[in-house]
Amino acid sequence: MIEFFGWNLPVEFSGIVHEHMAVREKAGLFDVSHMGEIIIRGRQALELVQFLTPNDASRLSFGRAQYSALTSPEGTFVDDLLVYCLEDSFLLVVNAANITKDFHWIRQHAEPFDVQVENASEEYTQIALQGPSAENILQSLTEIALDALSPFHFDLGKVAGKECLVSRTGYTGEDGFEIYTKCSEPGKIWNAVMKEGKEYGLLPVGLGARDTLRLEASLMLYGNDIDETTTVLEANLGWLVKFKKGDFLGRDSLFDQKEKGVSREIAGFELVERGIARSHYTVFADEQQVSEVTSGSYSPYLKKSIGLAYLPIAYTAIDSKIEVEVHDRRVPARIIPTPFYKKKEKSD
Amino acid sequence: MYPDEFYYTKNHEWIKVEGDIGTVGITDFAQKQLGDVVYVDIPDKGTLDFHQSMGVIESVKAVSDIYSPLSGEILEVNAGLNESPELVNEDPHGNGWILKLKIKDRSELEKLMSAGDYEKFLDGLEE
Repeated sequence: MIEFFGWNLPVEFSGIVHEHMAVREKAGLFDVSHMGEIIIRGRQALELVQFLTPNDASRLSFGRAQYSALTSPEGTFVDDLLVYCLEDSFLLVVNAANITKDFHWIRQHAEPFDVQVENASEEYTQIALQGPSAENILQSLTEIALDALSPFHFDLGKVAGKECLVSRTGYTGEDGFEIYTKCSEPGKIWNAVMKEGKEYGLLPVGLGARDTLRLEASLMLYGNDIDETTTVLEANLGWLVKFKKGDFLGRDSLFDQKEKGVSREIAGFELVERGIARSHYTVFADEQQVSEVTSGSYSPYLKKSIGLAYLPIAYTAIDSKIEVEVHDRRVPARIIPTPFYKKKEKSD
Repeated sequence: MYPDEFYYTKNHEWIKVEGDIGTVGITDFAQKQLGDVVYVDIPDKGTLDFHQSMGVIESVKAVSDIYSPLSGEILEVNAGLNESPELVNEDPHGNGWILKLKIKDRSELEKLMSAGDYEKFLDGLEE
């Protein structure tokens, strides 16, 4: 167990590689209750969400969610998050590390808007069921028609007899569901899913595999890959930015950066000789120190060392050569396409 | 559980002495702490001083230095660990051995722990 922003979380239950492969091949269950939930309601809830985030929340209707961010006036990340469109409010699911910061940020900017902002993090339990067998396991515990639930869509209903919000979202690169509930005794949902999933080889999964899974899928980790010094465009998340939707915090800075072009961008690499690249290891290009690895690890599925780093644009093309300093050796690496891993589509 | 014929260090390395050759590895306790070993980075030649760092063992989540139990000259590293680093987890006292060295000074063995002492040492840690 490790201490994580006021929570005690398991790093692993039965081995990181074992858990990682279970999620890729069967299914894994994560307790992610440490995540934060902030609710914005009121007459101008949509306007506030539109102002705070670069993505276009007006495209959402009840039952839909979108990946987005809280951007600073410089177009950098205060946080990355999911925005869920509920019946009469928006639910923002934020990183555990940033709950207090985000809540204060939102409240501060909410002043001129006719809204109420609530930090509901303490009330919510969240568990994530991820993997090719996730739908089969969960369907027998809920009346929600999961085969009709598309990615980034959600529905409300009972899971193991408890009222939940179930969304087809996740942080692993596999098909799966995130289950949110405010019910008492949410542990019963966990137990029911574990029991149902046993015959499918469902395993409980800790933070260690959560990190290796999301890295293979090139999903950002706030604090490592994105933070208040990286812009949305530098993080290669330009698709999140909908300039046409209207004004939002950071719009001018991002527009400016788009016009001028970014000078650096995040890129994925693999080591081509023995070694493992990790966070904060120095990155060299043409003998010059250019940055540090933001996230790096041994990839259990791909069986190689992969990582992410911000690089000067000239070095971000696929096959560009860089070096990573691993202990006291400079290990050659090359830029490869991301995501490093893509799940098999059902039709394959 | 801990072979009687091995000597142990406080950093959880073991050494098996046969004549003036020592085979070195990490203990079962150490491999459990590390988790899945994915990479072992040890030079295949050179001399080592008593308790000098001889390289690193990496698991998915951690990088750990390993220290030479005795002074000596590196003779051989376990090439099997290149392909199968998980041997360190699966058989830490056997096929998961890490290197062999030519022992320089047998009297250094007095500074190491016996199996019984090591087990007591572990009990002390777990309190």
